[in-house]
Amino acid sequence: MWRDHLTELIIFAALFALVSVMGFIAARWRRPTTMEHLDEWGLGGRNFGSWITWFLIGGDIYTAYTFVAVPALVFGAGAAGFFAVPYTIIVYPLVFLFLIRLWSVSHVHGFVTPADFVRARFGSPTLALLIAITGIVATMPYIALQLVGIEAVLRTMGLNGEWPLIIAFTVLAAYTYQSGLRAPALIAFVKDSLIYVVILVAVLYIPSRLGGWGAIFDAAQEHFDQTPAPTDGIVLPASGQIGYATLALGSALALFLYPHSTTGVLASRSRDVIKRNMSALPAYSFLLGLIALLGFMAIAAGVTSSDGDTNTIVPNLFDEMFPDWFAGLAFAAIGIGALVPAAIMSIAAANLFTRNIYREYLRPNASDAEEARVSKLVSLIVKFGALLCILVLNPSFSIDLQLIGGVIIIQTLPAVGLGVFTRWFHRVGLIAGWVVGMVLSIWMLYSISSPTRAHFAGSSYPLANLPLVPDDTAGGIWTGLVALVVNLVVSAVVTVLCRRAGLADGQDRTRSDDYVADQGDPKVKDVPELVNH
Amino acid sequence: MTVPESAPDTEPPQRPPASRRTDASPWNWFLLPAIVLPIMTFIYNNDEPRLLGFPMFYWFQFALILVGVGCTTLVYQKTKRRG
Repeated sequence: MWRDHLTELIIFAALFALVSVMGFIAARWRRPTTMEHLDEWGLGGRNFGSWITWFLIGGDIYTAYTFVAVPALVFGAGAAGFFAVPYTIIVYPLVFLFLIRLWSVSHVHGFVTPADFVRARFGSPTLALLIAITGIVATMPYIALQLVGIEAVLRTMGLNGEWPLIIAFTVLAAYTYQSGLRAPALIAFVKDSLIYVVILVAVLYIPSRLGGWGAIFDAAQEHFDQTPAPTDGIVLPASGQIGYATLALGSALALFLYPHSTTGVLASRSRDVIKRNMSALPAYSFLLGLIALLGFMAIAAGVTSSDGDTNTIVPNLFDEMFPDWFAGLAFAAIGIGALVPAAIMSIAAANLFTRNIYREYLRPNASDAEEARVSKLVSLIVKFGALLCILVLNPSFSIDLQLIGGVIIIQTLPAVGLGVFTRWFHRVGLIAGWVVGMVLSIWMLYSISSPTRAHFAGSSYPLANLPLVPDDTAGGIWTGLVALVVNLVVSAVVTVLCRRAGLADGQDRTRSDDYVADQGDPKVKDVPELVNH
Repeated sequence: MTVPESAPDTEPPQRPPASRRTDASPWNWFLLPAIVLPIMTFIYNNDEPRLLGFPMFYWFQFALILVGVGCTTLVYQKTKRRG
């Protein structure tokens, strides 16, 4: 019953109200001269410094769902769930050069989305459309999953109806509409400060009540020894290592291909801001590692899930361990943690629609103000679409879609990720690689089964089913990586064939020095003025 | 590499000549250890030795976060904009 959680509810509601007010005020933060431009509404003025960028990107990629699902995974499977840590170690050195070059070329040409870049680089509206659609399809279920995070918290506080969720999301939609990217940027300060406080207290206080870290790990191992599954435990089974490493590597390759990650990067002021963030963002990885271990603490404390939903493990652990007022703070941290990424994701998806579908195919002469208007409206539609997904469909369907999302977004790597380094690939080759990669990855995911499910039972494809691998090989590999390799091979082969056949390349509107431009360098739009003076 | 082969459909705006800046730097190689070490699970997939109660699998990966920070900080410091 919610009456038993009154203190928690009051603190949760108060903090929620505070960030909502901040969300509306954000429109006036770092005063833009006009909101009627995508650079302002969708990218916060393209002028965020190191601190804001750190909070914004941190708030964007370490989402509420992560905070809830990663410990739930560790709770259920043990070491395998810890992949989130190597994943977020690998990602920053991996994308270091990619991001600064993407920032530079976007800065010079005014690109707002990754598909804008592909359009200009390969001169192919079709390829850009495919990239945009992939981005939108991969992002939608991600937004829906943020709702799963809020739902888990609300359920622990005894609120089971749909109304609290609908109210929370309506408020979010309203201030995102009004303030654009400035809203999540400002709210991220509150969200991350809360998360840091809660987790640091949790990892100091809870182990002291459970007999120390050694006792927690021992209790977890004892628990896993008693489960029927042979693959769980506090270290990986021999057969689980390839799956662990490829999932970490693949997730790292995929992360900054998501349009919402690029949005945070393009909103920053200079290359140095991005570089500095690549070495400062791992602070969140440290936090994430500690959060993951909450799963073991839940085992040691004997916490159980509500209604068999393992996503409620962390909220239940907090509810049991902390005094009410602090649990309320923790729940608010998770709840607000869902709002920041949901806002950024809906902005990113809306920008993709506006720039690469609306302006490209529907209204080629759309003005800047019209673009901003369309994006604002689409961001509303996207959020309510996500809300509908959660209310109408089974939440596990969103999780399936999210699983597919990671695997399909990585199919844009040859065009977007490699595109900032080389233009060797032919546009037809990239389209062919994308088509094959998409079909293959969906087919592979469809064929993955488990004792409880016939299809879409995870993203780990059995190694034994791959060609040239002995049938008795145990373990799995992350599906997205296999499909990516095939995608790259197809892209390369078709590129060579196109060149042999003399098929014309698309026009490349970028120049090699665009990729190293920095703050203060002339943009393409500035140039005619420079010439006239 | 970036010169269009076909005739452009619109006249590209006149732009100042290309600068000679580049992202190529030997320091970039220092990014590699932070990418490669975490995926070599066989190095750290053990319970023993424990550190402060943490099995090696966990403390080693926490330590790798510091390796990652070290690598990216080094490359940032060595390649940041002068002046």
